[in-house]
Amino acid sequence: MNQKNLRKFRWVISLLFLVSTALLFVDYRELVPEKWYSTILFLQFIPSLVSFVRVFSIAAAGCLVVLLLTLLFGRIYCSTICPLGILQDFFSFLSRKLRIRKRYRLKKSYSLIRYVFLALPFIFLVFGGIFLVYLLDPYSNFGRIFSGLARPALVGINNVAAGIFEKMHIYFLYPVNYKGFHWATIWFPAGILGLVIWMSFFHGRLYCNTICPVGTLLGLLSRLSLYRIKMDKSTCTRCGKCAVVCKAGCIDFRNMTLDFDRCVGCFNCLDTCDTDSIKYQHAFKSAGNNKMDDSANSKRAFITGTMIYTLGLLGLSKSLKANIRAAGTGNTNLIPEEKNHPVSPPGSISLKHFNDYCTACHLCISVCPTGVLQPSFLEYGFTGMMQPRMDYHTNYCNYDCTRCGEACPTGAILPLETGVKKLTQMGRVKFVIENCVVYTDNTACGSCSEHCPTQAVRMVPYKNGLTIPETHVETCIGCGACEYACPVRPYRAIYVDGNEVHRMANKPHFDEMEIESEEEEFPF
Amino acid sequence: MKRREFILKSAGAGLLAGTSLAAGRIDKLLPNEPANPGLPFDLVAVKGGSAAAMFDKAIAAMGGMSKFVKKNQTVVVKPNIGWDSSPERAANTNPELVGRIIEHCLQAGAKSVYVFDHPVNEWTRCYKNSGIEFAVKKAGGIMVTGNSEGHYHSVQIPKGKNLKSAKVHELILESDVFINVPTLKTHGGTRLSISMKNLMGVVWNRTFYHGNNLHQCIADFTTFNKMPHLNVVDAFRVLKRNGPRGVSVADVVEMKYQIIGTDIVATDAAATRVFGIEPDQLKHIPMAVSLGSGTSDLNSLRISRITM
Repeated sequence: MNQKNLRKFRWVISLLFLVSTALLFVDYRELVPEKWYSTILFLQFIPSLVSFVRVFSIAAAGCLVVLLLTLLFGRIYCSTICPLGILQDFFSFLSRKLRIRKRYRLKKSYSLIRYVFLALPFIFLVFGGIFLVYLLDPYSNFGRIFSGLARPALVGINNVAAGIFEKMHIYFLYPVNYKGFHWATIWFPAGILGLVIWMSFFHGRLYCNTICPVGTLLGLLSRLSLYRIKMDKSTCTRCGKCAVVCKAGCIDFRNMTLDFDRCVGCFNCLDTCDTDSIKYQHAFKSAGNNKMDDSANSKRAFITGTMIYTLGLLGLSKSLKANIRAAGTGNTNLIPEEKNHPVSPPGSISLKHFNDYCTACHLCISVCPTGVLQPSFLEYGFTGMMQPRMDYHTNYCNYDCTRCGEACPTGAILPLETGVKKLTQMGRVKFVIENCVVYTDNTACGSCSEHCPTQAVRMVPYKNGLTIPETHVETCIGCGACEYACPVRPYRAIYVDGNEVHRMANKPHFDEMEIESEEEEFPF
Repeated sequence: MKRREFILKSAGAGLLAGTSLAAGRIDKLLPNEPANPGLPFDLVAVKGGSAAAMFDKAIAAMGGMSKFVKKNQTVVVKPNIGWDSSPERAANTNPELVGRIIEHCLQAGAKSVYVFDHPVNEWTRCYKNSGIEFAVKKAGGIMVTGNSEGHYHSVQIPKGKNLKSAKVHELILESDVFINVPTLKTHGGTRLSISMKNLMGVVWNRTFYHGNNLHQCIADFTTFNKMPHLNVVDAFRVLKRNGPRGVSVADVVEMKYQIIGTDIVATDAAATRVFGIEPDQLKHIPMAVSLGSGTSDLNSLRISRITM
């Protein structure tokens, strides 16, 4: 394989990783089969590392593969596998097309910043938890950006398009009822996205060589790499062409040296050298120039893209209004809800397990069909911010669904068999009769019981032929359907209090029904 | 076509006469005053067949689908697809019945037949796991989402006591013919869910109902100016307890009944009897009667009773 092909090869592989990973996070039509999730995400370093630490299983050994790849070839993870890295390459590509920055130059190594950002999360991990790890993990940041920003934008575009088609009575696209845009936490992924765009537009891979702890870790390891990019001082003419294309800014062409620690393995430099003096290993032949051609259309494309995105957000804001639900009587004499714990997703074992292993990549939020999973704000405490929680004011957990567990790459949410899921008690129902509309207004309701899949909430005779809820906490699984359905505001009459440790609920039991003898005649 | 109609009608009438005579209830053959003189019967009750076969009999006794659907008209069929639950669980309308209704509509010359509900559970799963999406597509109908607020438009309900306005799905407002296809089942809050209760699924803001006297709101909606032209109550499998969703198939009894009628109140009154309670025990029935939406006095109707 010659140099030119190596770069193209990297291009193809990286696109494959970027597109497939991004698809998982924006797949609102549930097109990607659940069994592909673990394959697509196998090599993502931090989730795999978390998973590996949790179970020590070969199935979670993606991080070891990455370490091995780094020992062999350097930080190729950063340019082929890491979705945030490839996303930055996309922005750098735009930057070149738009002639914002066409040339890179040698940057100094910000070693102190790098090692601080590498050390802090690990120190915090020992004393506090996974918080700093997931704030800095490039995969999780990518996930939050795509789950929190790209997905709603795409849904918005879909809804605008669906609206146009439905005017013509064509229904193959349908509007998607987007639930929950969280202003309280969206600033973080938005900020990271802004930072990444700015850095990649003007400074190449600066993010990867200052802030990213995975980049720094693999950089340290790459000092031992078997194959590396080297400059041949005997033939180098110091023309500087290689340094101009180096996004990492790690080529010092004047001294004919290369800081391989910071090299992200993009191979852009390999096919620029006229004298074949910069080589990966030493087996490549010169491939000549392969400058990317300019396109006058790119500015237009950028503007169009921006407009589509804005249009998408506009479409979204329309569907957001749908979340403002009709409040009941607005009675202020109601008793406030008293919740001791937040509710963590089914399969997360306990709040501790979940908080320990969740990197808040928000893949579960993306795949959740009802939108009950939402980023938390302070429900798990400050150091659990953005870790998903079951938000029963937004929606409730679908009884037969196990998608979040199937998707979770770290094992913070373990996959459950449907039968087990249907008995997994995430929380317990609490009923406040004084808030119930049957009690306060003497009118029929039954909304909570109607939604309850296990009839842990049953309607029992009350007075005047009315029925009122009765709760059976042992069969409650804490799915939150009752809380979501309760019409009383501002405080609901029925809600779920999270279990600190998930339990198994009893199977709903009912006696055999007596089958009445079939009547021969019509009853009228 | 005419000949077949004639044969079917005579068969229906003969059957009715036979069964009524056998039961010694000859008075039922001579109703006092028909509610709808254009139709041979106001209400048809069938039992003993498959859901689709019972509909064939019932609609024939009503005078055929062409009485309701004219050439090139658009039809909206509104089954109950509220739950992510299989047909055996009887929480949703029988898919076979929905398919057969669509076939009849298309045979009568309908331009297009739309089907939707505003499900309670996640809607794509409801559509799929109820078997209704498949049955509709097979029969040539078009499934439309009911889960987007953009499809619902504000309408006034001037005669309503508590429910003065609502957001109603555009297919209900736009379609020429509206066929309501509820399933008969228990309901924790309202006791039973039949035709009138099924109409909560054409409305967006259902939570309002629950907070503002559920029965009254259900009755109020029947005064809206676009009511079903035909109500088909599926009581083939009946959820006898733990409704409206049910916990397992142990809650279901195969009753093999079907009631169809043009008067939504009368249809529900007949269905409550089939379930085994009196119409007045289902509170929104007397409320709808007092609003003038229909009658619950089954003796005043011409009823066809067919046993298969």
